[in-house]
Amino acid sequence: MKYWRKPLDAEQKKAPHGNVHVIFERCKGCGFCVAYCPRQVLEVSSEFNRKGYHPPVVAHPERCVNCRLCEALCPEFAIWNTLDEEEAKAVR
Amino acid sequence: MNPGKGPVLTGAHYLDGDHACAEGAIAAGCRFFAGYPITPSTEVAERIAERFPLIGGTFVQMEDELGSIAAVLGAAWAGAKSMTVTSGPGFSLMQENIGLGLMTETPCVVVNVQRGGPSTGLPTLTGQQDMMQARWGSHGDYEIIALSPASPQEAFDLTITCFNLSEKYRVPVMFMMDECVGHMTEKVVVPPADRLDVWPRRWYKGPRDKYLPYAPDPDGVPPMVRAGDDYRFHITGLTHDQRGYPIINAECQNLCVSRLVSKIRNNADAIMLIDEDDTVKSGRTDVTVVAYGISARVATKAIADARARGLKVGMVRLITVWPFPERRIRELAKATRCMVMPEINCGQMYREMQRAVGDRCKTALVPHCGGWVHDPDDILAAIMEGAK
Amino acid sequence: MSPGELIIERGTAGNHPMEDFLRMDRMPHIWCPTCGLGTVLTAFIAGVKESAMAREDIAVVSGIGCTGRAAGYLKFDSFHTTHGRALPYATGLKLGNPKLKVAVISGDGDIVAIGGNHLIHAARRNMDMTIICVNNFNYAMTGGQFAPTTPEGAIMTTAPYGSFEHPLNIPFLVDSCGATYVARWTALHVRQLTIAIKEALLHKGFSFIEVISPCPTVYGRRNRLGTGLDLMKFYKDHSITRNFCNTREVDIKFQQDIIVGKFVERPRPTYLDAMNEHLAKALKDKFVPYAGPMKPE
Repeated sequence: MKYWRKPLDAEQKKAPHGNVHVIFERCKGCGFCVAYCPRQVLEVSSEFNRKGYHPPVVAHPERCVNCRLCEALCPEFAIWNTLDEEEAKAVR
Repeated sequence: MNPGKGPVLTGAHYLDGDHACAEGAIAAGCRFFAGYPITPSTEVAERIAERFPLIGGTFVQMEDELGSIAAVLGAAWAGAKSMTVTSGPGFSLMQENIGLGLMTETPCVVVNVQRGGPSTGLPTLTGQQDMMQARWGSHGDYEIIALSPASPQEAFDLTITCFNLSEKYRVPVMFMMDECVGHMTEKVVVPPADRLDVWPRRWYKGPRDKYLPYAPDPDGVPPMVRAGDDYRFHITGLTHDQRGYPIINAECQNLCVSRLVSKIRNNADAIMLIDEDDTVKSGRTDVTVVAYGISARVATKAIADARARGLKVGMVRLITVWPFPERRIRELAKATRCMVMPEINCGQMYREMQRAVGDRCKTALVPHCGGWVHDPDDILAAIMEGAK
Repeated sequence: MSPGELIIERGTAGNHPMEDFLRMDRMPHIWCPTCGLGTVLTAFIAGVKESAMAREDIAVVSGIGCTGRAAGYLKFDSFHTTHGRALPYATGLKLGNPKLKVAVISGDGDIVAIGGNHLIHAARRNMDMTIICVNNFNYAMTGGQFAPTTPEGAIMTTAPYGSFEHPLNIPFLVDSCGATYVARWTALHVRQLTIAIKEALLHKGFSFIEVISPCPTVYGRRNRLGTGLDLMKFYKDHSITRNFCNTREVDIKFQQDIIVGKFVERPRPTYLDAMNEHLAKALKDKFVPYAGPMKPE
């Protein structure tokens, strides 16, 4: 993460981590999630689903911070996040 | 006006048809009204605007007739008995949403106080020119129920009947008054509330998770729920299946439309209300006059004159005009030489009568373009001609 | 399963958190790929969740058109009515059962063209309902005819040489009629839209949210504007947030800046409050308030 200056509590605080779930067959390849993920977690898959679209693939799962923008933008109810509870607990 | 005790105006009153209709709606339990002013129906709306705040009803004057009928349908689905009133031009505007009410099987009452037409026509003078429109006004195939009163007393009584039929068959019911009955003042007797025959809504009583909006009871009519009770139902004007979901193909159309049509046709005899006088009941007549609404009352003069000249003339008065009582008319046609129909139009219900009668007897129409009631002598002339 | 592991389900079943609000037996929906309507529906459900309103108190009404199909996918008491008449139908629902909060989700043509008269009067009366007007600048369902919201110069099937009609400025229209909550967002502004929907549902009075949404298949294609993603990129680059901007100034010109934001939020008695208060004052103890709809026994 790039900072202008390092926050004083950068060692103690950690961004949450999210898991990305994709329903492969539901995607209609709009590309909103891939284009607007602020952490560039997703990429357009080279595989295609039964409808002929290229769903997203989670290329960088470690970067997901559970912002849930992909879930909010998806028109097909095909992608959503869940908070990584184990890691959240480990941080405390 | 006498507010009386409670909503029902028990007692004897001197009311015109419009005011009697408003009281009939209140007596039937109608507590939602949305309308738009149009002569000669405005008095119904005005009386309801005065009475509803005193008896717990909601009155809203909408911006046009299209808004009125849409609001009436919405309120019916919220769980209220609802009604609107209009005349010819407004009736034309309402047709699309009457179709929505038919397709979604929404109980409500639409009162048309008919006036001379077409178009703006004769706003303050009578006509019976929307009779076919009541049946065929909206697009697509369907059946409706329509009633026609001949007096302010009937304007009261039959409004209750309209609400009852609309609830039982889940269909918009057309109350086809006319300006003459609407503006005629006569004695109207309102019985005590506990002696009124008001039918309740057909509520769904089954298990919540098995509810299907359009799964019919044995008589072909599905029971109803209201919005706000967490049934999460879907209602659409598109052709739909029992879940209420749109299915766009011929098979679903066949199932959907056939049921809408047959729920009325199969129950036509139960719906029929017809007034046959003693002469008709006693056997063969020389001439039988078949009439409805104000024309039936005018015809009584002509019939009396014809009887004075030695003819045996009877009267059949249609109270339910749609579905047209064709089976009964066909039977009665065998017992007379001629059926004469006076109506204040150029021949509308007459076509139905001709179709039902075939060649079992002669038929004659006494038309009238509107603006006034018939001259009884014209009806008499047709009776004399028919008796030959 | 280790943290971050991708779960790909290759079936059509799943546990998307919003499935309880959707009629999953009607999915997938009919909207085109990269159409913004699915996003609007997602924002609506998110807004409903955030408002914490009881599910049974919300009724959804829509008209005819692409947006009009929204009622068919939402698992509330939902009504798919005739073209332009969603607003008076919603008025009837609300007045028939005042405890209902009615949300109208319909398109620009449905609400502002054929339904224009009803829009004016519902706003004037401050009927307590929430209108989500999805504006894709054309009549999309019927193939892309121009609408009263089509910007000048756009090419549509019934304006094959470009539209020369001056389009309506919808926030200005509803503001001038008396709406008490007016906002405009695009389908890209999902977070603001979710908050706006929540605020609108909780607002007492006529709340109106215009949502600019991409229509790639007709509006976009006929004007060579690209896919829905290209249109979303356009919204990102060209939308300017100006909360409480004067609604006179938010008209939209073809492929130029779009002003978004919450423009109007003011208190005014709703139709029912005004009616009940007025009648109580005029009739005193003779006034009998509406007892609510009939109850199933």
